[in-house]
Amino acid sequence: MGGEPMSTDAVEAQPDSEDAGDQRVEFSSTGLRAGFIECVPVALGVAAYGIAFGVLARQVGLSTAEAVLMSATVLAGASQVIAIELWAPTVPVATIIITTFIVNLRYVLMGAALRPWFSQLSPLKAYGSVFFTADENWALTMGELRSGSRRGAYLLGSGLAIWVFWVCATWIGAVGGGAIGEPSTYGLDFVLTAIFIIIAVSLWEGKSSLLPWVVAGVVAVVSAHYLPGRWYILVGGLAGCLVEVARFDD
Amino acid sequence: MIELDLRPFVVAIILAMSLVTYVTKAGGLWLLNRIGISERLEAGLEILPGAIIVSILAPELADGGPAEFGAAGVVLLVAWRTDNVLLALGSGVGAVLVFRTLL
Repeated sequence: MGGEPMSTDAVEAQPDSEDAGDQRVEFSSTGLRAGFIECVPVALGVAAYGIAFGVLARQVGLSTAEAVLMSATVLAGASQVIAIELWAPTVPVATIIITTFIVNLRYVLMGAALRPWFSQLSPLKAYGSVFFTADENWALTMGELRSGSRRGAYLLGSGLAIWVFWVCATWIGAVGGGAIGEPSTYGLDFVLTAIFIIIAVSLWEGKSSLLPWVVAGVVAVVSAHYLPGRWYILVGGLAGCLVEVARFDD
Repeated sequence: MIELDLRPFVVAIILAMSLVTYVTKAGGLWLLNRIGISERLEAGLEILPGAIIVSILAPELADGGPAEFGAAGVVLLVAWRTDNVLLALGSGVGAVLVFRTLL
């Protein structure tokens, strides 16, 4: 759920540079089952994030039921962990919702990449399936469909695997997290920072990430001194994004 | 079992988060049927999650003490070398406890 397999696949999957040709997709229980089973090993990895998310959610004051509800309905790991980071006794509602949206904007690209195949499905199947888009099962699904598979239900099947593991892991983490006393005694106050570092490592794409990341970090540190609340996070992130847009073609 | 401890205010925030997330997930299917998206903009959108996470981390680490800084280095190293989430987490938490005792 960290965002890792995004890489350059989305660029290659430009809807106008690739179409399904005469590859007709179907929506069958066979495809659904194949997607689910083939995604289980990946979903196990997702579960590790889920446990950490559950523990963290309890630490900032969410109940177990609220943490599980968030995992079941949002189903977007990085943005959920960021929401927990932002969570405070006076919840900064606007910051949380806007940041969630911005962090998840990349899903627009991922959805667009699915179009050549999903445009053949009924709206209910297509728009129902995309709810279950997560970074990991999207990457699996793209691989499956590009290799000529007709399994239109693959995204839903693999997404259900992610969903089940993500939700159960959240519950386990939240129950465990609720049993823990003072977090700093166990170094658990550091888990959030650690999780962000791990996600950052998974998002690192080599030297091309360096400039936008440095700009984002510097702008965030500086604006943290001048802006109220947690807006520096969006300001830093958008600064990194602008640098990337500005230097494109270089 | 899950105790159903759901505060309406929190549920409303969670549902708003799920709504904006679903908009991004469905938006690519719906919106891009109608308008195109340049590769330049794509590159910008792809860099966003990483840039935002760095923006969270940088001020945090800038304000942190030597223990947190050292432990951050441990997490970075373990995550980079092993690609194992739980191992990296465990080493980081262990490291921060050790460093807080020592430093």
